[in-house]
Amino acid sequence: MTDTEAAATREVEFDGHKLNFGPQHPSAHGVLRLILQLDGEVVERADPHIGLLHRGTEKLIEYKSYIQATPYFDRLDYTSPMSQEHAFALAVEKLLGIEAPERAKWIRTLFSEITRVLNHLLNVTTYALDVGAITPALWGFEEREKLMEFYEAASGARFHANYFRPGGVAKDLPAGLEARIAEWAETFPQFIDDLEQLLTENRIWKQRTVDIGVIDAETALAWGFSGPPLRASGVPWDLRRAQPYEMYERLDFKVPVGRNGDSYDRYLVRVWEIRESVNIIRQCLAQMKPGPVKVQDRKFTPPPRAEMKQSMEALIHHFKLYTEGFHVPAGATYTVVETPKGEFGVYLVADGSNRPYRCKIRATGFAHLQALNLLTKRHMLADCCAIIGSLDVVFGEIDR
Amino acid sequence: MAFLDRTARGLLMGELLSGMALTFGYIFRRKVTINYPYEKGPLSPRFKGEHALRRYPNGEERCIACKLCEAVCPAQAITIEAEPREDGSRRTTRYDIDMTKCIYCGLCEEACPVDAIVEGPNFEFATETREELLYNKDKLLANGDRWEPEIARRLELDAPYR
Repeated sequence: MTDTEAAATREVEFDGHKLNFGPQHPSAHGVLRLILQLDGEVVERADPHIGLLHRGTEKLIEYKSYIQATPYFDRLDYTSPMSQEHAFALAVEKLLGIEAPERAKWIRTLFSEITRVLNHLLNVTTYALDVGAITPALWGFEEREKLMEFYEAASGARFHANYFRPGGVAKDLPAGLEARIAEWAETFPQFIDDLEQLLTENRIWKQRTVDIGVIDAETALAWGFSGPPLRASGVPWDLRRAQPYEMYERLDFKVPVGRNGDSYDRYLVRVWEIRESVNIIRQCLAQMKPGPVKVQDRKFTPPPRAEMKQSMEALIHHFKLYTEGFHVPAGATYTVVETPKGEFGVYLVADGSNRPYRCKIRATGFAHLQALNLLTKRHMLADCCAIIGSLDVVFGEIDR
Repeated sequence: MAFLDRTARGLLMGELLSGMALTFGYIFRRKVTINYPYEKGPLSPRFKGEHALRRYPNGEERCIACKLCEAVCPAQAITIEAEPREDGSRRTTRYDIDMTKCIYCGLCEEACPVDAIVEGPNFEFATETREELLYNKDKLLANGDRWEPEIARRLELDAPYR
């Protein structure tokens, strides 16, 4: 054998190389650090590293009264703040054995759905941005701006609302806000049509998402999926329908379900959920009636200011609530709500004091992220971005 | 027939062109951007911005050092020290808010029984150094004096809901 022959038939072993994706990668959606074991441009193994946004929320909550703990829930998944407060408020109400008045329930349902639109608009548009479509993000942020104005009018903050409280909501909706939301709900479906015209049939979008990151129903269930990623795999599981809370059993809405469980179906499910949410928002506005927005028991909710300035008893209640807070009878509950991302649960253990003994938070994105290795296996590096975008991970909640 | 249909669609690039036509149409729509420092987005009376300590119309400071805000603050950003003044009234000698700790939840404003500490409409208080964000009582009272007309109007508008 000559030297040239030997050189031509020599076997060369390439070392696979590792790529550090993030934590500052723009399409890593926050502070995801992903170690990718590559074979050429093909992903062999994806190893997500979490914890870069860990703030110890669960432990912090053990040292806060129930009133003080609410704002911490906004800061978990910061793209759908009110939905998470909702889980906490419902958990505390369950332990206390109280129920919010009807108007408060309608307001919570209304704002849960506004939150869903807010979250899906961000996800769908930035997901498109990750795979190269800039226009949807530019348009979507304008619509989000309108929704954040509603947030701000109701709660005083565009994101970290601190609006849903155990026993109701902080304040009633200001006059005229319902009309503004109704007006928005009339014009908004046109925007979804425009968004779909850009993406749904677009060949570049389809090439980047169809059959990318496929997960079948059984595997999705085994990995603890919930929300749009689970429904995209064909499991019609929606907590709003499966175990209705608040006013959902009195509302008429559809649960969109996908068939293939790929990134494209996850996108389609989200777009249809936006449409259904707008539908629910209309129904909420039509059925809302004036009334109290918090439990009228002064042991749990503060008295109105006018009363507090006149009545000594109200003043005492006011001082007790804002210093000591209320005591929650000993017990434990696991309360779930369907946040835009899926099943968000709060496992709350109360020991009879004014602070939770333990508050375990079931983060939605965590279950989705842990399947990332499975989803990205033997996909191209660029598909990683599409898959992460379609899973809708937010690190505030995963790292907690 | 389906084959022809699919091929025709593929070659004519209908969905790409309709998308482009749509974006082109958006050029002629009304602009949604605003010229920020000169134009600003709307703010509701409930907006939770920079803190301010208010005074009564006669110039007397409202805060009576009940420390409810200090107690309720989830981030423990407020520090208050108090002792009786020469005229016997109870007032703060120190009222500090660490704006870097504050999470703008609005609980201090809700807790205050005399409407002394409020979260005002100002959101443009960025500073060059961290130390400037450690507000003391003088700074907070100065904020109150500066924003009082606006704050009073906001409280009046929001009064029916509080």
